[in-house]
Amino acid sequence: MNLKPETLSKIDEVITHYPTKRSATLPLLHLIQEDVGHLPPDTSEWVAAKLELQPINVLEVITFYPMFRQKPIGRRHIKVCRTLSCALLGGYKTCATFEKEFHTHLGEVSPDGEVTVDFVECLASCGTAPVVMIDDELHEKVDCAKAKQLSDQIKAEAKKR
Amino acid sequence: MPAPEQRRIIFKHIDEPGYTNDIGCYLRNGGYEVLKKAVARKPEELIDEVKKSGLRGRGGAGFPCGVKWGLVDRKSGKPIYLIVNADESEPGTFKDRYIMHQDPHQLIEGTMISCFANNVKQAYIYIRGEMPHGARILEKAIAEARAANFVGPNILGTGYSCEIFVHRGAGAYICGEETGLIESLEGKRANPRIKPPYFPAVLGLYQCPTIVNNVETLCHVKYIAEHGGAEYAKIGTPGNTGTRIFCVSGHVQRPGYYEFPAGTITMGQLLNEVCGGPLPGRKFKAVIPGGSSAKILRFGERFKGKRKVGTELVDYDWGVEDVPMDFDSLGMIGTMGGSGGVIVMDDTVNMVEALANINAFYSHESCGQCTPCREGSLWMKKITSRMVHGQARNDDAALLKSVADQIPGRTICAFGEACSWPTQSFIAKFGDEFKQYPETKKTAKPVDAVALV
Repeated sequence: MNLKPETLSKIDEVITHYPTKRSATLPLLHLIQEDVGHLPPDTSEWVAAKLELQPINVLEVITFYPMFRQKPIGRRHIKVCRTLSCALLGGYKTCATFEKEFHTHLGEVSPDGEVTVDFVECLASCGTAPVVMIDDELHEKVDCAKAKQLSDQIKAEAKKR
Repeated sequence: MPAPEQRRIIFKHIDEPGYTNDIGCYLRNGGYEVLKKAVARKPEELIDEVKKSGLRGRGGAGFPCGVKWGLVDRKSGKPIYLIVNADESEPGTFKDRYIMHQDPHQLIEGTMISCFANNVKQAYIYIRGEMPHGARILEKAIAEARAANFVGPNILGTGYSCEIFVHRGAGAYICGEETGLIESLEGKRANPRIKPPYFPAVLGLYQCPTIVNNVETLCHVKYIAEHGGAEYAKIGTPGNTGTRIFCVSGHVQRPGYYEFPAGTITMGQLLNEVCGGPLPGRKFKAVIPGGSSAKILRFGERFKGKRKVGTELVDYDWGVEDVPMDFDSLGMIGTMGGSGGVIVMDDTVNMVEALANINAFYSHESCGQCTPCREGSLWMKKITSRMVHGQARNDDAALLKSVADQIPGRTICAFGEACSWPTQSFIAKFGDEFKQYPETKKTAKPVDAVALV
């Protein structure tokens, strides 16, 4: 595991928040995922050693929580809310627009490596449906036109790089 | 009758121009004055105020907060923990998001008052993983509050110390269930615990007595500590005190969040006047009044019975529009106020498709430890999505009902009920649409039809 020094210091700090080390499992997985982009295969062993657990104790957590991913994704992660309030206002069309714009399918890395589009369950912003999260940013009232506009922005940023 | 005026006590500063989420702004608006007064009182007095207030939990179950605090085992000698349930995940609910993002110090002040009242030395805010900004805002707010000596060691020179940490979830709905949340905070899969014996008040986090309260509930505690339980109880109606925040989404002109004295507004006033009624050219068809697991109501149905008004029993005969939006009235007509998430559907929606959407949610979110829920939610999803995308059969409604009827009461936590109530109520209220669905599918959909699953 090749983690940035600041990640390592955050890891050591967060462990002190809890009376038992095991409680730091989720925070450590978040920190590793934020650093690496996904959870590489040696994550369970590394976290287990750090927290004095068995690797299975960590693996079962990784596989339980939808936000943890064991495979790399595109440079940007587009998460479209699938649940009822967003669907009632066109969430499925929004999602299809992103797929079309990046020539990709749900859960896959787009051919240009730029994005992964996923459906996720309720993002708790139902009053401004349909909503989409792109990495950490919440975007509200994302109809097809706005989805197209957001896609264009991502493509423009990719070109600049 | 015109709708009552909004009364914003919890959402007082939400969307207020110029109001920022830093401690300077909070202090300029009288922030932490209530905490300063509270720590000079006896903790038991504060608990009494909350009991007198009649405050009911705002997370979904509506359990009286004072009773919850009263159940805490204070003789065990073990530390008492308080967990802020900020895992706002019930579809249709989006109130806590705004409190945490725009007014985080209100939550921290309410949390510290509750911690002081219950002699808690360590609190955790369990925030859902999908709110990374919310987590950062809260961490910054806690650091500010710590620097001002409102959190941390020897708070305001009283000798009382209490720490708060933010803990992020990772996308699992079941973490909103308090024992699932506790398991998750212990670093495990969020499989809820069986009660008895694992009542959080006795055997909660690290097998210690634990209080789990919703974000909004703790903000109400701050208001109660400020104005007194008796004063708070004057807001709203007996048994449903204080204000209620409604989160309205779906097919209305003005979706959003609205705070009213509890029990003073009817469904019709909320949807037609406050939210501006249905979209142009459409009609309301159905509404889910308290988060997606609450049983659905069909516009046009009537509810009759007797209810208590003061000491007398009076007859009521309500349409959906006439139902007062409080815990007891919604409970009386067979649904629930839940988390205050009101999802509205108009006449463009096919109910089989809407149920297929909800079933996909619950099937995805079942933690999987109880067979009836894991398999039942999966099969309800499979059947409804087959009806929509494959072949629909005449006996599907009966099949769905038989699956749904075998789940509730047979699981460790209330998810079993939550996942079966939609199917049971959709079929009870819209059985005709399920029967007709094989025929409905033969006619082409309008080009602008919205896919729900």
